[in-house]
Amino acid sequence: MIAALTSLTILGVVLGLILGVAARVFRVEGNKLAEEVLGILPGSQCGQCGFPGCAGAAQALAEGRAPVTLCPPGGRAVVLALAAKLGKDADMADVKESVPMIAEVKEEICIGCTRCFKVCPTDAIMGAAQQIHSVFREACTACGKCEEVCPTESIKLQPIPVTLQSWYWHKPLATGSAA
Amino acid sequence: MKLFNLRGGVHPEGRKDLSADIPVRVLPLPKLLFVPLQQHIGAPATPVVNVGDHVLKGQLIAAAQGTVSSAIHAPTSGVIVGLGDHAAPHPSGLPVPTITLESDGNDAWITTETVTDPFALSAEDIAARVAAAGIVGLGGATFPAALKLNLSRNSGVQTLIMNGGECEPYLTCDDRIMRERALEIVEGIRLIALAVAAKEVLVGIEDNKPEAIAAMQSAVKGSEVKVVAMPSMYPMGSEKQIIQVLTGKEIPAGGRPADIGVLVHNVATAFAVQQAIRYSRPLLSRIVTVSGGAIKAACNVEALVGTPVQELIDFAGGYSQPAARLVLGGPMMGQQFSNTNVPVVKGTSGVLALTSQEIGQAEASPCIRCSTCVRACPVGLLPLEMAAHIRISNLAGAVTLGLKDCISCGSCSYVCPAHIPLVHYFNYAKGDLATQERAKLKQEATKKLAEARNERIARIERERAEAAAKRKAARAAKEAAAAAAKAEVV
Repeated sequence: MIAALTSLTILGVVLGLILGVAARVFRVEGNKLAEEVLGILPGSQCGQCGFPGCAGAAQALAEGRAPVTLCPPGGRAVVLALAAKLGKDADMADVKESVPMIAEVKEEICIGCTRCFKVCPTDAIMGAAQQIHSVFREACTACGKCEEVCPTESIKLQPIPVTLQSWYWHKPLATGSAA
Repeated sequence: MKLFNLRGGVHPEGRKDLSADIPVRVLPLPKLLFVPLQQHIGAPATPVVNVGDHVLKGQLIAAAQGTVSSAIHAPTSGVIVGLGDHAAPHPSGLPVPTITLESDGNDAWITTETVTDPFALSAEDIAARVAAAGIVGLGGATFPAALKLNLSRNSGVQTLIMNGGECEPYLTCDDRIMRERALEIVEGIRLIALAVAAKEVLVGIEDNKPEAIAAMQSAVKGSEVKVVAMPSMYPMGSEKQIIQVLTGKEIPAGGRPADIGVLVHNVATAFAVQQAIRYSRPLLSRIVTVSGGAIKAACNVEALVGTPVQELIDFAGGYSQPAARLVLGGPMMGQQFSNTNVPVVKGTSGVLALTSQEIGQAEASPCIRCSTCVRACPVGLLPLEMAAHIRISNLAGAVTLGLKDCISCGSCSYVCPAHIPLVHYFNYAKGDLATQERAKLKQEATKKLAEARNERIARIERERAEAAAKRKAARAAKEAAAAAAKAEVV
């Protein structure tokens, strides 16, 4: 019994060491640009761009397989940063930033199943089993993952309500070629 | 005293004679008062009363929250009938959290103490009392006054400037308060000077207010305070411009007056400070100019914070002709509004009902590059170039040209012969840039949150694996021991 345990442990340690050293020596250099692009992306792994997480999206961006406007939660700021990093023109027409959204729980039909807060990539939902859940507005990125898993359609994305702090005058309507 | 030249500026028609010669009257007690929780720059106050509570005049009803915030007190005695939303005195008219107070008609004060020698108080004590009284800058910016005192004391102030410029047309509330309450104002000024240890104290008043200058001059006799008459020009009452005229110093781009050792306060703020220090009376009311061509009898009224604007208009006799535009504040920088049920707040200097002739709105025509706006700009910017950039959504280009130094005074729009809404462009661009800035901050916060979550999940997994390994090892040891015992028995 003891002999078997020791031999297996030694085997494990030795093989592990070999693997560890090999990983260091034969390390494959990742794409530097992709890593930098990853730094710009929100990192919430929401998957709305169609790539498996932000790393996949960064890889695609670095290889030029994806447009800089791919990240909905990133909004205009991320598009501009990506365009600057990759030396591309940001085509704002593709940015769907018409209304910024936020998740909101309809309290009457929330059954407290905890599914939404388990998938939330930014811990923006608070809740416990059999308790009504709630969303932290400041932390929600409107990635929509919670909406997908909610069994009662109680959590939905809503436009962010305008407050006195976020309200500002609209752009003046250009009459003729004014200004 | 030698005055320095102001760059740019415009000379709009004053129209102050409409209300300047009528003494301030106190508005009758309104039945309902709507007191918004945010009447200052910074975080909104937190309510400390509940619906149904009976409060006395001057009682704290909402406490300051965080460093940049201000306390709010009950403007009269009565019952709290609502903690909810009410339309804001703002162009958007959006609902904001508001405490609704039904007055009981007694106007009964809380017990207040009178300080016989306020000049014996320490600088810290003065600032603390000013903070407790919920005083904010009454010139319109509504920055918490106590915070400004503390910041200035720490950075060291050479010159304290009291702003009695009141360069906005129509407004005469500062003019009236200086004529009628000069002694109290001067005491307040000396208290502020004590609180920040200022070496020089100047009161700048535009020379279109000779009575106010005379009243202040006789009130400052025998003190270190100096009254200075300044030429009448818009925007003389803007913080940066009054500093430039009186001291010849210019605040660096993006800087604050404290950077060059100057502190600016409004004269009405000085009155509020005097009331708070000597009589422990919090800021509950202010003088508001009700004027404009569409108002029957323009006047100045002392109105409680929370009074619906409609009551002020009614008190001034209502409309003499249809108002084309309603404005809170002055006509140059004020905010237009449409719902007259919005309340007077600490920063409301005027309620104007203007006729269509007065606003003189005309269709914008193309820019002819006459550069009149460049000559009018008191900051030395190129309004026509900035607007051209903003029009094609090149906000970054406008920022390079100095958009962030624009004080939104509206001088450029006022002089533009093509009626281009220049300052509207700048206000839009500043709002859009602020939104972008907020989005960027949120982006950074999101990143941190996502990382923290990933780390937490990894840690939980690791701990679970460790616990499982431990259990397994314990079980293996137990089995081994049992096997050994068995072997011994055999």
